[in-house]
Amino acid sequence: MSDLEQFRADTRTWLEENCPETMRQPLMDESDMVGGGRKPTFKHPDQKLWMDRMAARGWTVPAWPKQYGGGGLDKHEVKILSEEMWRLQCRLPLQGMGISMLGPALLEYGSEAQKQQHLPKIAKGDIWWCQGYSEPGAGSDLASLQTKAEEKDDHFLVNGSKVWTSGADKADWIFCLVRTDNSGTKHHGISFLLFDMASPGVTVKPILLISGRSPFCETFFDDVEVPKENLMGEQDKGWAIAKYLLTHEREMISGFGRGANKKLCESAVEAIGLENGRLADPILRADIAKLELNTLAFAKTMERIGDETKSGKGLGAASSIFKYYGTELNITRCELMINVQGEQAMGWEGDAYTDGHFARTWLRSKGNSIEGGTSEVQLNIIAKRVLGL
Amino acid sequence: MPLVLNEEQEMLKHAAAGFLAEKAPVSALRKLRDDRDADGFSRPLWQEMAEMGWAGIAIPEAYGGLEYGYVGLGLILEEMGRHLSISPLQSSVMVGASLINIGGTEDHKQSLLPAVAAGKLLLTLALQEGLHHAPEKTALKATADGDNFILTGKKVMVMDAHVADKIIVAARTNGEAGDAWGISLFLLDAKARGVSCERVIMVDSRNSGNVLLDNVVASKTDLIGELNGGMAILEQGLNIANACLSAELLGLSLQAYETTIEYLKQRKQFGVLIGSFQALQHRAADMFAELELCKSMVLATLKAIDQGDEDVSLMAAGTKAKLCEVAERVTNEAVQMHGGIGMTDEFDMGFYIKRARVAQQTFGGYSYQLDRFASLNGF
Repeated sequence: MSDLEQFRADTRTWLEENCPETMRQPLMDESDMVGGGRKPTFKHPDQKLWMDRMAARGWTVPAWPKQYGGGGLDKHEVKILSEEMWRLQCRLPLQGMGISMLGPALLEYGSEAQKQQHLPKIAKGDIWWCQGYSEPGAGSDLASLQTKAEEKDDHFLVNGSKVWTSGADKADWIFCLVRTDNSGTKHHGISFLLFDMASPGVTVKPILLISGRSPFCETFFDDVEVPKENLMGEQDKGWAIAKYLLTHEREMISGFGRGANKKLCESAVEAIGLENGRLADPILRADIAKLELNTLAFAKTMERIGDETKSGKGLGAASSIFKYYGTELNITRCELMINVQGEQAMGWEGDAYTDGHFARTWLRSKGNSIEGGTSEVQLNIIAKRVLGL
Repeated sequence: MPLVLNEEQEMLKHAAAGFLAEKAPVSALRKLRDDRDADGFSRPLWQEMAEMGWAGIAIPEAYGGLEYGYVGLGLILEEMGRHLSISPLQSSVMVGASLINIGGTEDHKQSLLPAVAAGKLLLTLALQEGLHHAPEKTALKATADGDNFILTGKKVMVMDAHVADKIIVAARTNGEAGDAWGISLFLLDAKARGVSCERVIMVDSRNSGNVLLDNVVASKTDLIGELNGGMAILEQGLNIANACLSAELLGLSLQAYETTIEYLKQRKQFGVLIGSFQALQHRAADMFAELELCKSMVLATLKAIDQGDEDVSLMAAGTKAKLCEVAERVTNEAVQMHGGIGMTDEFDMGFYIKRARVAQQTFGGYSYQLDRFASLNGF
């Protein structure tokens, strides 16, 4: 048996023995995800058990080096772990901006002291991070951001506001784009700061969305003092880190395109029924067939581009293609989902069957093609960087 | 298996591209059309292709082929799609040899496949009878007569019918039109008594003729596969054909698309390059994403065929549906974005949209394949 085969066998055994049965059930909504933090909330004790067990092996962040709390796995082993988790339907033990966004950026751009300070806490789920990117006047045109950081003796003095800060009301720390210089082009003079949300002068106001939930916040900074050692990368050159992270964000959001655990066509058969082996609503059937086909083709494309990247080829602006296509697919899926579930899907409160689950999921999906760079911005990027138009 | 080409496959693709650009570019297709060539393809060129091994690329080594699999054949067809190269590769190799290899007896394989691989023998499949691809609706009767069968009826849309040496005919030996069971495949000599072929020139300047059978006698040894069991062989063969046609559609779509993008960078109106208009940029970028999906589906399906995966039917149906959708869109946009010049015969884009529509329809177009994809997914 090769080393990788041995690894697969060991991993499978370990997962079977250590992943609680409850953690192999499909997620019902965002509240089933585990984000950790100083004041963590667990809907079920198994969530904490599962997170702690995985963190002890470094498998909350399997690809990170062991010295920073990671699993130290190579890319082949990471793929095997993810395949085995998929096979058993294991939930992700820990999710959030720390794991998917800041961690990779710290590994790439952080100082040794910053890595040692932050990475192990992210891996264990001790600190919940949020991202301070968009501002009221800087959405699609992110580089126009104006939150100001003035250089003082041993600190930066931060003033301004951010918007669409995911989970800022629950977050312990923020990684934040600020303007340290306004004299050059808009891409120059941006810096990347890390600071504690408990710092004096930080206030947070949740934004109520059309889905009736508040996953995003407005975040205000009023004379917030940030120690100079919390600057990540070079001063005024934070745009490079910002772009690097936007790539990660797009890939993460594009994951929606892969679809839920249950295929829409299966829900449709349950809700609508078959006639002569075909879904009883022929027009919906054609729309769902097209969606399922594109979902399959999208998954194969993620696989192909992933394999190509491993063999050193890769595709320019791949993250924009994934972000654009994946989110548009999810929006179509949600629109079809409420058609499949009928008028009951528009229920908002009360009935246990609906209780707004379908309506809220559908409404939330509308943000997919806006957050992380709108679909139109992604198309602009493809046209410019790939097609050279 | 990773979803990428290996080095050998990359080399094959590169070599095919170079050869076809030189020997079988769009101008060669134009010349065949304008000369009203009697064969509709170049026999010397076909010999050269055969000498390079293309005719035997998916045929097992034991029968004179290269045993390079359908990924290999797909790569060549993708390049042929780019150049709109005409040859009997689809009729004789992609369909004919595949059916023999799937369902033929040892005798059939030994007597036919080496000759196909050498480019000396041309096969084709006579399947369709009505306006649309619908194999289970086969009605042409083969009536038992002692040890023999008597075939009478008409087949349409038979690729390269008038140049084929042998024709595989799907005929009904039991049941009724609409039944999957009861269809049998017979191998007939194109020159056999009672067989006549009418050449039909299609919009893409290729041959797709009618085959008329008038009391043609076939023996039991002419049966490909089990009596009444032809559908199972057809299904496998048509999966291969649709996957390979998808590869060809991919190649022609990529070429039409890239040509269009280049045009957007050259053509000026209102004092600026038309490629600077966001209305065109977004359509171009969206098509880029769609073509990436097409590449993945084509490669995944060809690999699934070579690996003998269980989901080949589902993958082939999905891939053909996807390529039909995208090829149609890309060729339409190619004409539109070129403006008036795209409508002229002098410009090559017309050849691309013409070939696309024929290849889309061959062995089942978008609605047929999407319906099949849904059924195979259980809805």
